[in-house]
Amino acid sequence: MSERFAWHRFIAVVMKEFIQMRRDRLTFAMMVGIPLIQLVLFGFAINSDPKNLPTAVLSADHSEFSRSFVRALENSSYFKVTAQPASEREAERMIAEGEVQFVVNIPQNFSRRLQRGEHPAILIEADATDPTAVGNAVGALSQLAQSALDHDLRGVLQPLQGKPAPFEVRLHRRYNPEGITQYNIVPGLMGVILTMTMIMQTGLAMTRERERGTMENLLATPVRPFEVMAGKIVPYIMVGYIQVTLILLAARLIFGVPILGSVMLLYIVVLAFIAANLSVGLMFSTVAKNQMQAMQMTFFFFLPSMLLSGFMFPFRGMPEWAQKVGSVLPLTHFLRMVRGILLKGNGLLETLPHLWPIGLFLLTVVAIGLKRYRKTLD
Amino acid sequence: MQQRSPKQSKEPNLPLPQAYPEGHKGEGRGEGAAIANPTSNHPSSLVINVEGLSKRFNGLLAVNNLALQVRRGEIYGFLGPNGSGKTTTIRMLCGLLTPDGGRGTCLGYDVIRETALIKRQVGYMTQRFSLYEDLSIRENLDFTARIYGMANRRRVVDQALERLGLGDRQKQLAGNLSGGWKQRLALAACMLHEPKLLLLDEPTAGVDPKARRDFWDEIHRLAGEGITVLVSTHYMDEAERCHRLAYIAYGTLLAQGTVAEVVENSGIVTWMVECADVYALGAQLRGRAGIEQVVPFGNVLHVSGTDRALLEQSIAPFRELGECRWTAIQPGLEDVFIQMMEGARDNV
Repeated sequence: MSERFAWHRFIAVVMKEFIQMRRDRLTFAMMVGIPLIQLVLFGFAINSDPKNLPTAVLSADHSEFSRSFVRALENSSYFKVTAQPASEREAERMIAEGEVQFVVNIPQNFSRRLQRGEHPAILIEADATDPTAVGNAVGALSQLAQSALDHDLRGVLQPLQGKPAPFEVRLHRRYNPEGITQYNIVPGLMGVILTMTMIMQTGLAMTRERERGTMENLLATPVRPFEVMAGKIVPYIMVGYIQVTLILLAARLIFGVPILGSVMLLYIVVLAFIAANLSVGLMFSTVAKNQMQAMQMTFFFFLPSMLLSGFMFPFRGMPEWAQKVGSVLPLTHFLRMVRGILLKGNGLLETLPHLWPIGLFLLTVVAIGLKRYRKTLD
Repeated sequence: MQQRSPKQSKEPNLPLPQAYPEGHKGEGRGEGAAIANPTSNHPSSLVINVEGLSKRFNGLLAVNNLALQVRRGEIYGFLGPNGSGKTTTIRMLCGLLTPDGGRGTCLGYDVIRETALIKRQVGYMTQRFSLYEDLSIRENLDFTARIYGMANRRRVVDQALERLGLGDRQKQLAGNLSGGWKQRLALAACMLHEPKLLLLDEPTAGVDPKARRDFWDEIHRLAGEGITVLVSTHYMDEAERCHRLAYIAYGTLLAQGTVAEVVENSGIVTWMVECADVYALGAQLRGRAGIEQVVPFGNVLHVSGTDRALLEQSIAPFRELGECRWTAIQPGLEDVFIQMMEGARDNV
């Protein structure tokens, strides 16, 4: 059908959806109430013990001692050196984008000062936005300093063995120095709540038409699939923004979560995430035969999102296959974006690496949804 | 309705012995001068002209090689038992279902390729109430007017409300209306964009007799304005109010024409028996050679068959008893349809 998009039909659907939303007081109350209740309930921390956290080593000292220290880091099984950035700038970018969890700074003349018994310091910067993810690794550090170089300290350096540690490890908890769990949980909740309500509401909106028999009436009119889909999406985008605003307010006023980045930027990237979830809901609704099925499919998608995205458990604590699955989910990338913007003060540039996977996901799902939308009752 | 033949106030289920009265048939036609002569079969006066229409669902044949010609300004009745393919046919005509086979036009547009154009000019009233129950009467009409992009939306909706007589209840939710009102609202909604063809799928199912009568008066008024109406129904009295009708069973068209033609072509012979105990007599008659149907209608019994000689031979002994009054009557539509359905089942 080569007919073009018509605004009047699109607006007709939007208006109708708004009226229906307004009439359905309970559902509307739930859409606002769910975020609030979850915010209150998720006041507790979820703990785990992730290992092999990606670590960047920025070494200005290429000695046996620094190599031994890095090896000791890796042997502790908490750290895994994944990058050797050439400059501080690059290291900074890596931690801001979440590419690595730690940056180990080995200063110049580390070995010389060590040999002189000056107890030099190694700075370890940790991305502490998710405190549970770094907690145990940090705990292992102090032990490391004690014994990492025992093997290297021979001969005249023998006296440096044992106590006190021959060198000092200074830990710098970045972005969340006090390790407050809510800093991590509350921005994450934004993604979780949006995922649940957006998918469920759109999924129901379409299957409701089919279940009540109004779909037949709608299909008999000249209205086009895209007009129906877009018309149903727009009201829920607005609901999504209301939820985001509520959570942001609660984050700031109740939990005191710092908002370092641009709220404007957050509102922009949230759109991609909301759209991705709405498209999932619409795709489900083209498959589901009734509202019950749409509901079940929502949870089918929602649970892995919650468990594998790094919301419940540290992403890097999961086995590789689970991380791969998690990387497909929009929530995973949204969590990194929202934590980056709020806690790290990331700008657009640092946000982009997590924005495009969401865009890709959105395009794929919309394509499937439009293909599956039935213009007829066949 | 100006001219109501007295028989229509009788029980709806009572089949009508005589042929369709001419006055009724012509009703409404005089009101619209623009209407083509409905008796003409010229392609230009055919609003629906399809042939070989077929549809399968999971390999099951729902509609089989159906041909249908509906003329402009005509009220065309579509009859058949449940599951006979009436709804499927209507859905294929308005582009809701894609036919598996067949071709033809609806309002001059190809039923397979030009469904979007057909949808603009067709008013389709679904079997089940399919407006939004959680929208008010006005909001429903307003939504429909927007979808069709009507320029003077406010006025159109106001007029529709006024015609409906629901002006003062326009803020009431559609879901709270009674069955009869829902059906009138649905009709008003599908008439809003001034379609040239109305497809009504069992519009009066579950509606009380008064509301049904009002509904049919409205349909005749619309037909008088030149609108073509294809209406499916189970009610025989409604069938008799159509200009022409088609009978479909098991997806196959069994008869087509005016009521008189359908009855005449059926070749059914019917005797009416007035008797003290119709049930006892019925039990004795059933199963005898040539007697294919024995149906009690209150205190009378209709005895029908297709073989006149055989039937009369079988009832002769009973007539000689003289206990009951036997009269040869013209079979009613119901007798004809039940007969056809039985016949069709034997052939399937």
